[in-house]
Amino acid sequence: MRAYLPEYEAVSARSLVEALTLLAQNPADARGRWQPLAGGTDLMVLFGVGKLPAGRYLNLLGVGELHGIDVTPSHVDLRALSTYSDVRDHQVLQREFPSLVQAAIDSGAIAIQNRGTIGGNIANASPAADTPPALLSYDAEIELVSLRGARWLPYAEFHTGYKETKRAPDELIARVRLPRLSSQDPERQQFRHYYRKVGTRRAQAISKVCLAGTALAVGGQLVKPRLAFGSVAPMPLRCPRTEEVLAAGPLDAGRIQAAQAMLSEEIRPIDDVRSSAAYRLRVAQNLLADFVAAALTPRPA
Amino acid sequence: MKISKTLDADAIGSSPPRKEGAAKVTGRAQYIDDLHFADVVHGVTVRSSVARARIRAVHFLPGVPWEQIFVVSAADISDGGGHNAIALIEHDQPCLAGSVVNHQEEAVLLLGHPDRGIAERARNLVKIDYEPLPPIFDMDESLAQGESKAHLIWGANNLFKEFEIQKGDLQAGWAAAEIVCEGDYETGAQEQLYIEPQGMAAEWHSDGSVTVLGSMQCPYYIHKALTHLFGLPDEKVRIIQTETGGGFGGKEEYPSMIAAHAALLARKAGRPAKIIYDRIEDMVATTKRHPSRTRIRTGWLRSGQMVAQDIDFRIDGGAYMTLSPVVLSRGGLHAAGPYVCPNVRVRARAAATNAPPHGAFRGFGAPQSVFAIERHLDEVAAQLGLHPEELRARNFVHDGQTLASSQVVRDHVDMNELLARGLALSDFSRKREEFSLSNRAAQEQRGPKRRGIGLATFMHGCGFTGSGERMLGSVVAVDSDENGRIRIRASSTEIGQGTNTIFTQIAVDTLGIAADLVDVVRPDTAEVPNSGPTVASRTTMVVGRLVAEACQGLRAQLRSAELLAEGHSSADFQRACVEHHRKIGPLRATAQYQPPPNVNWDDKTYRGDAYATYGWAVYIAEVEVDLVTYETRVCDFWAVQEVGKVVHPVLAAGQIEGGVAQAVGYALYEKVVWKEGRMQNGQMTNYIMPTSMDVPRIHVDFAEVPTPFGPRGAKGIGELPMDGTAPAILNAVEHATGLRVRHIPMTPEDLMVAALAAEAAPCSN
Amino acid sequence: MQQLRPAEQLELKLHVNGVSRTCTVHPMARLLDVLREDLRLTGTKEGCGEGECGACAVMVDGKLVCSCLIPALQVQSAQIKTVEGLAPSPESLDAVQRAFIECGGAQCGICTPGMLLAAHALLERHPHPTELQIREGLAGNLCRCTGYTKIFSAIVRACEERS
Repeated sequence: MRAYLPEYEAVSARSLVEALTLLAQNPADARGRWQPLAGGTDLMVLFGVGKLPAGRYLNLLGVGELHGIDVTPSHVDLRALSTYSDVRDHQVLQREFPSLVQAAIDSGAIAIQNRGTIGGNIANASPAADTPPALLSYDAEIELVSLRGARWLPYAEFHTGYKETKRAPDELIARVRLPRLSSQDPERQQFRHYYRKVGTRRAQAISKVCLAGTALAVGGQLVKPRLAFGSVAPMPLRCPRTEEVLAAGPLDAGRIQAAQAMLSEEIRPIDDVRSSAAYRLRVAQNLLADFVAAALTPRPA
Repeated sequence: MKISKTLDADAIGSSPPRKEGAAKVTGRAQYIDDLHFADVVHGVTVRSSVARARIRAVHFLPGVPWEQIFVVSAADISDGGGHNAIALIEHDQPCLAGSVVNHQEEAVLLLGHPDRGIAERARNLVKIDYEPLPPIFDMDESLAQGESKAHLIWGANNLFKEFEIQKGDLQAGWAAAEIVCEGDYETGAQEQLYIEPQGMAAEWHSDGSVTVLGSMQCPYYIHKALTHLFGLPDEKVRIIQTETGGGFGGKEEYPSMIAAHAALLARKAGRPAKIIYDRIEDMVATTKRHPSRTRIRTGWLRSGQMVAQDIDFRIDGGAYMTLSPVVLSRGGLHAAGPYVCPNVRVRARAAATNAPPHGAFRGFGAPQSVFAIERHLDEVAAQLGLHPEELRARNFVHDGQTLASSQVVRDHVDMNELLARGLALSDFSRKREEFSLSNRAAQEQRGPKRRGIGLATFMHGCGFTGSGERMLGSVVAVDSDENGRIRIRASSTEIGQGTNTIFTQIAVDTLGIAADLVDVVRPDTAEVPNSGPTVASRTTMVVGRLVAEACQGLRAQLRSAELLAEGHSSADFQRACVEHHRKIGPLRATAQYQPPPNVNWDDKTYRGDAYATYGWAVYIAEVEVDLVTYETRVCDFWAVQEVGKVVHPVLAAGQIEGGVAQAVGYALYEKVVWKEGRMQNGQMTNYIMPTSMDVPRIHVDFAEVPTPFGPRGAKGIGELPMDGTAPAILNAVEHATGLRVRHIPMTPEDLMVAALAAEAAPCSN
Repeated sequence: MQQLRPAEQLELKLHVNGVSRTCTVHPMARLLDVLREDLRLTGTKEGCGEGECGACAVMVDGKLVCSCLIPALQVQSAQIKTVEGLAPSPESLDAVQRAFIECGGAQCGICTPGMLLAAHALLERHPHPTELQIREGLAGNLCRCTGYTKIFSAIVRACEERS
């Protein structure tokens, strides 16, 4: 569907300050505020089917400060314009944050991975986004910047509703921070990662249900389990009550069933054109059990 | 005839390079949207947003320069002295809706502007007021309402066509039966999803004639539609096929509609007009495979002999007839399977509903009815305590026996041998044992994976049904230019399946000349005769044979002019043509289809030789089901078929592999989601076709029993793979899980529903 | 060409298949349309307009991307490679193109340009790819005709020829 181009204004920002200056503007006309445009794998799809709102679009890809992945002893910072390919190919992420790497591999296909960005994936706030569950499972933090300054918040607080986030219209996502377990930390040995996206097919698929989980496997129990789901609620979400049930004792069949029951209260899957609420619920429960089984499987020495 | 060594690589049985391959891999091949027309007007189609209604008013809202925009309505057709109908079997489908619409996305107006973005914006600024009428969306409801005349949406009883096939005495069959089995089976709509969207361009000339170019399978169908629409004589309409990016039947009849639209817009604008559909429009507005429902009731002796077969086959034709009678015909004639049963009744009905008309799609009714019978037979086998392949083996039709239509099988067939081949290649029996054991173990250990193997055995009739080929009377012409280049003229289109290459091979094989001396003329109604449509697995068998005959005619002329001796070389042949031109005149030969003797079909009783010959097949699927997600993965696939003669091994295997992949989609992924008669998931994001990650390894094996009807014995193969793949997969899923699903597509959501139902009622059946 | 205020037009400079090209376009014009309409390079195709089918795939600065998802202002000064730039000369074909012809990797041909670009991207990353890597590398390019089988063979053949 060919777009009616005169309805759109677009410019490229050459620096972060330039980008933030434009975002801070609040023009009174119909076109309104500048909207950030990164890899285009969400916004240009809307454009292609005639559904991108008319207005002003700010190309961020030239903003050098938003590119790169920085590794320090205590954390890995993904700058917002890190692409899925950047994530996929990053050795520290492969070793220490395999769920995020798997999310990148499971997103679209190569051409999409080369363009889609972490910042864009988060800001677009689709409940079916592939990286947010992994980020939630790793207790990520997110930095928002504007001309007014920079602030950090736990990523778990970022999504507040369906396509609603804590990002103000004049703010940009600058970095996503993943805390590392130090190589000396004994917990490293017991740390388990799980990521499974259930899509409509094995590639180029929108998620129908997605679970990213982490936990420490200690004896026959899970300590500090983190369960983060996609596509089963208006936004990506952690399930703390279900985590509590899992953590409370040995993981026999009874506990797993209790956790699955609690899960049905915490998530709110819907029927839509891709799948059914019943399927999403059931498979989410199955994934939960699968996560537990995977987490408790002893690793070779 | 002596054929030199260097020519062998291009002859029948070899795999010469695709004739237009270099153009395709360099990006030089010209599809319709690649063509640039000076001064062109881009067209968009304003479509209905309700399923059934009277049109009350049309409003043009501000927001575009309407004075620059060309608008075409139904009035422009009749005002111009034409007929507002797309001529096909009947003339019930308007080109543009007049006062009523009968389906969502029905074309109401055409808009044109030189700027594509403005044309698109204008489309969104047309508002139509409707007075809704009650629609019908369910085919069985339509049949019932039609029979009682309570609610008519088409004709006298909502029925596009109905017929019955009868053989023997069904009541006697029930009386003899020791066991009776019954089942209801359902198949959904399927979108052809050619990667090149539909597109046409049209230009009028000062002599009152029109030329239309575009993506199509059947130039003469469009020719007939436009001469009728505009009331023009044959020579005033010229239709030219551009490189076509896939068709699969979706570009058999629908292109007549978009061609008519382009021509109307061009006439209104006084300039060339181009209409290229965007993907969403293409998916929601154009034809799809007919949804079907089949009720099968069969009677058996305990020994496994089928003694009664009663099949009720219904298809949903959508709002207008298009090709539904022919789809019904093929579906009905394939419903009983490659089996011999003394007492058969097949009742077939095509119902109207208020959905966009359904149409041709590879297989054309057979994938629907074959799904039903092949699922049913596995269920019967389970009930009789026989292996699925044993049940089939005990009922296969043999030479001299009759199919359900009472056709005597004369071309030799040995389904038992094909079956043995398939079973051996796939290691079927051992895997069945192994999977049954491993599944049991997995169940005990609460592991999530289950493995299964399943089969389907089937046939596919080649060429047009019954008297269809006789009625077409296809013609092929072959001529030589003054340089001795041989030109093949046929309306058969290259749509990826290899027409250009196959025809060249046939010419090479018949004449003993080099392939690079042969040109296949682009299908252009001003340049080629009507060799019929490119459908029904007929291009190689029916038209290819005419190519061979025309070539023989050409050679005969050279011989009788004493310009060509026996054992000539390619160079000799070329020289002979040049001399003929110089000394005698143009060199040309034609061949016309002659119905073979002893192929007799009675359209009134639906009895006789339904098809000149059949391809026969055994397909086997190996699957893995994951009970965490209820996803089915086809791990491996064997396609064994008897096809007469493999003309081009690479192209032939390519047809099978492509068809199997499409049918994997039909079985597991390609669900059309309907709401009030409109497809809701009309985007490639949400209508799921298999990617390279989703297709199994496909092992193709050919057997050859030459048929007298095709060149060197070749039969048709294009549609065959569509028929047996889906039931083989679902049979494998039942083996893997014990879950009985009787509809396709079988999504993970569907399998989950079956799994939960089985958990709730573990003791049923 | 739509009538735009001059401030809304972009002087776009591109390097396409090694040749510098300039054109004046709207900043949000899709790279796909710039290639096909402004530069008359029609080898790159539109199959869906939503980044699903890969028929529009090209290389931008060495990376495989869907040109239907890229607005013009994001490719200022970029190096673009399209199907027209694959053959070493107008009279020859590269190894991958030859393999596609020999192995039957192209049927209707509409997915072929994008598929060839994807094949190139794959082989740059994995010069001797496994079957799984081939399947993953092509997962963003839909083909309705071949069932992918002979495309896989073509890539294997191209690898053999290149080594």
